[in-house]
Amino acid sequence: MITLLKNGRIYDPAHVKDGVVEDIYIHQGRIVPKPMDEAKISQTYDLKGKVVMAGAIDMHSHIGGGKMNIARMMLPEYQQKQLQEIKNSTDHEVHICTPHCSHHAVPSATDTGFRYIEMGYTAAFEPAILPANARQAHLEMGDTPMIDKGGYAMLGNDDYFLRLISQKADQKTINDYVAWILHATQAIGIKVVNPGGINAFKFNQRKQDLDENNVHYQVSPREILQRLSRAVHELGIAKPLHVHCNNLGVAGNFETTLNTMGASDGLPMHLTHIQFHSYGTEGDKKFSSAAAQIAEALNKNKHITADVGQILFNQTVTASGDTMMQHLNAKHANPKKSVIMDIECDAGCGVVPFKYRDQNYVNALQWAIGLELFLSVEDPWRIFLTTDHPNGAPFTSYPHLIRLLMDKTFRNDAFAKLNLDAQAMSNLTSLEREYTLYEIAIMTRAGAAKLIGLNDCGHLGFGAQADITVYTDQPDREAMFAKPDYVFKNGELVVKDGKVSKVVWGATHTAKPSFDTTIEKDLQSYFDKYLTMQVGNFKIADDEISDDGRGKIITNQKKS
Amino acid sequence: MSNLSNSTLPTTTTCPACGLLCDDIIPNAETAVNVKNGCSKAIQFFEQSFNDNIGASPTLAGKPCNLDTAIKAAAHLLSNSKSALFAGLGTEVQGMRSLMHLAEKTNATLDHMHSDSTVRNTLTMQNDGWLTTTLAEVKNRADVILAIGTDIATSHPRFFEKAVWNTESLFHKPTPEVIYLGVPAEKTKAGTSPNGTAPTVIDANADKLPEIINALNALLNNKLNNKKIKEESAGGVSVATLMALVNQLKAAKYAVIVWSASSFKFSHAELTIQSITQLINLLNESTRAAGLPLNSGDGDSSVNNTSTWLSGYPTRNRYVDGKPEYDTYHLSTDKLASSSDALLWVSTFNPHSPPATTAPTIVIGHPATKFERQPEVFIPVGVPGIDHIGLMFRLDSSITLPLKKLRDSQLPKLSDVIHQIEAALSSVEK
Repeated sequence: MITLLKNGRIYDPAHVKDGVVEDIYIHQGRIVPKPMDEAKISQTYDLKGKVVMAGAIDMHSHIGGGKMNIARMMLPEYQQKQLQEIKNSTDHEVHICTPHCSHHAVPSATDTGFRYIEMGYTAAFEPAILPANARQAHLEMGDTPMIDKGGYAMLGNDDYFLRLISQKADQKTINDYVAWILHATQAIGIKVVNPGGINAFKFNQRKQDLDENNVHYQVSPREILQRLSRAVHELGIAKPLHVHCNNLGVAGNFETTLNTMGASDGLPMHLTHIQFHSYGTEGDKKFSSAAAQIAEALNKNKHITADVGQILFNQTVTASGDTMMQHLNAKHANPKKSVIMDIECDAGCGVVPFKYRDQNYVNALQWAIGLELFLSVEDPWRIFLTTDHPNGAPFTSYPHLIRLLMDKTFRNDAFAKLNLDAQAMSNLTSLEREYTLYEIAIMTRAGAAKLIGLNDCGHLGFGAQADITVYTDQPDREAMFAKPDYVFKNGELVVKDGKVSKVVWGATHTAKPSFDTTIEKDLQSYFDKYLTMQVGNFKIADDEISDDGRGKIITNQKKS
Repeated sequence: MSNLSNSTLPTTTTCPACGLLCDDIIPNAETAVNVKNGCSKAIQFFEQSFNDNIGASPTLAGKPCNLDTAIKAAAHLLSNSKSALFAGLGTEVQGMRSLMHLAEKTNATLDHMHSDSTVRNTLTMQNDGWLTTTLAEVKNRADVILAIGTDIATSHPRFFEKAVWNTESLFHKPTPEVIYLGVPAEKTKAGTSPNGTAPTVIDANADKLPEIINALNALLNNKLNNKKIKEESAGGVSVATLMALVNQLKAAKYAVIVWSASSFKFSHAELTIQSITQLINLLNESTRAAGLPLNSGDGDSSVNNTSTWLSGYPTRNRYVDGKPEYDTYHLSTDKLASSSDALLWVSTFNPHSPPATTAPTIVIGHPATKFERQPEVFIPVGVPGIDHIGLMFRLDSSITLPLKKLRDSQLPKLSDVIHQIEAALSSVEK
């Protein structure tokens, strides 16, 4: 039983295929070479003129875990009347919201899976799994149909780690702990949010710079980044340390971001939602774009990758582990409410609803800064397409964002409607670049898979998981990317004309480096003394994810 | 314990009897009921569970029948209903997942037996948000614990042992000062520290808490703005006493304010909870403080969370043509028990009886459930954490813990029964 996808135009950057017309054969969920015996082909799709890419991979999207459930709980109106109001609104800023986008910032787990696959995305990664909350994150992701998922475990604010650093523990101990966390939380990468800042907030520190110590531990964010990036590197985890820098959202924070690039002594790091960390203090309003400086540094520092965290105008909600900054930002909440939580000597979370407005100077400039970054960073293998769902905008607005990147006229028309002061402070219209389909395929497929270390996803080579998206080439790139003709998941046709035709369940991607398990002895005594659960219950067993026959764990090995 | 064998017994187990979910319970196979580390509530729970009739049979209108027949009868009732009410919902995550799917298929309304309390907290959160904390933070950081209207220990017996009287903490903090506000003095014994330090008890009528908490907010606000207050008392408590409390909270490095929505018996308690959370917000302008809302039990936190990620809405909600709808006011058991055309009552941890109704009733629950009127269908099922594994959310919601299986019984698992009812829906004749 072989499926043939015939005559499609293939965009497969992993194999340097830029629109070549080729056939793809699928057997048992995998892409295979042309069979000797053509009689075995049971189904043929003629894709003449169609654009064929691997299923897209969202490398940073808050799709599961406590903070998203808090956001859903706190904002039932997003699902009730307000959604309708957003759709019906004649508000001028809606010009920038896509007609295809439900703009639902906090969809249920079910809707999350459906909306992703309907746009041709076949995997999404939750970037902020609190180890203490990992079971909930996996429960929610387990109930998310259609797509593969995975997550990055948050470290660097937990008291166990900070104690180790303050006690000058050797790097091997740190590495063992990091590996233990990856196993215990069933994660594929490690993230650090406002290094040390979430912890410092619990000691009533309200601000922390890269070289400013935590009052209790006397440990600096720089030291945390050094230790964690080294652990990730030495353990051989493919995914570089995922870094949410200090000083998110603060005018002038670009210097922290530039300095952070140097904190890992040349070891790989990924700076996430870098748009929120590219702000200067120029101009009358003391808030300006530092996208040029950040892009220049990214172009120069080959060990650094970044995703943008583009904002798009309209109602959304920000959900972050960064309690320090979210507590500060709560005064800008719209509607006026916020949930902040200190969590289990592990980390925290802050959920603050937010409405980005194109006539607001800061918001308009944030929008421009994100696009300036996209267009100024030269290497599409090192910059990724995200809105930091739902923080900058819901992921359903990706097709709109893709059009902004691919269509200069469309982009400049949108820019012309922004707050005039913001327009005066941005060089966006001078940036001529238009992304190509090949570059979009790098950012959303090949690059993302390479970054995370997904060997069998994000490409269309033999042996790849047959996650394939087929689009009709249309000049309106938003319409094109919003509604693929076909999406295949593991070789099965699951979306037709932008609608789910079959419900399937994806796998959970993990990384499980080997480590010295004697670390558990110390962890056991730490848990018994200071925490409120058994260390054994902290760990998520494989069968918790795979037991009901729906889920499956894929453990990715780093390619040597 | 009876029915236990050493070979299959886990070394430690998790107790679902209250929201603390103590997971250091050591079951013992040697004696009838013996759990080490168990509190009074845990012992009662394990005793009650192990006295179950593990061979209890399903019944139709009180007459024993086999499981298959009961499942078909339940499916028949539900497929003939247009507005079924799924109430009680005393279950854990996996049970709730199955109930949500069945509700989606049958256009049912879902409401937990303790929703009155849960909804009060949810409304506060939806109106204003809040700043809260979790047990391990309390254990390691709290230097002042203020319990408002709840003695904590009655509903969560090991709270003080686990999170307050710990001698070791990460930051070598002093033993917390415990303050009760609006709690009868005779119920405050648990707040006496192991070295004999008595708690501060601020005597107040629980009905006056709304007024008193508003006064605390006013006093803190005034303090922050250097204003004086003219009144001498608020809600029967002297302003001097309240001022001392405000000063104590403000001087604390990490004050934790504990409340239990179920203990607030006055109407519009959500406004008082909001007043508490506003006090916490004000304190956080200069120092750190956090709230800790207690839950009521019977899986309320688990059900609320599971409902939220599956449908997008916390409890109370319903499905209409496959689409979830949310309404905390109209979709309550009280309002719907008599107007629904079918009631599915679920209570697996405790033998809670269904509410009085003339609607055809299906009970899926604890084998020891007693009935004033025999339900049309009764299917006794296993107790999560005794007869089968499960997953539960702790009172602070961030932590989910696995429940373990302690014995072999013939009692089916709720989620299996629900799946079978769902599967039988399509084959029954309307």
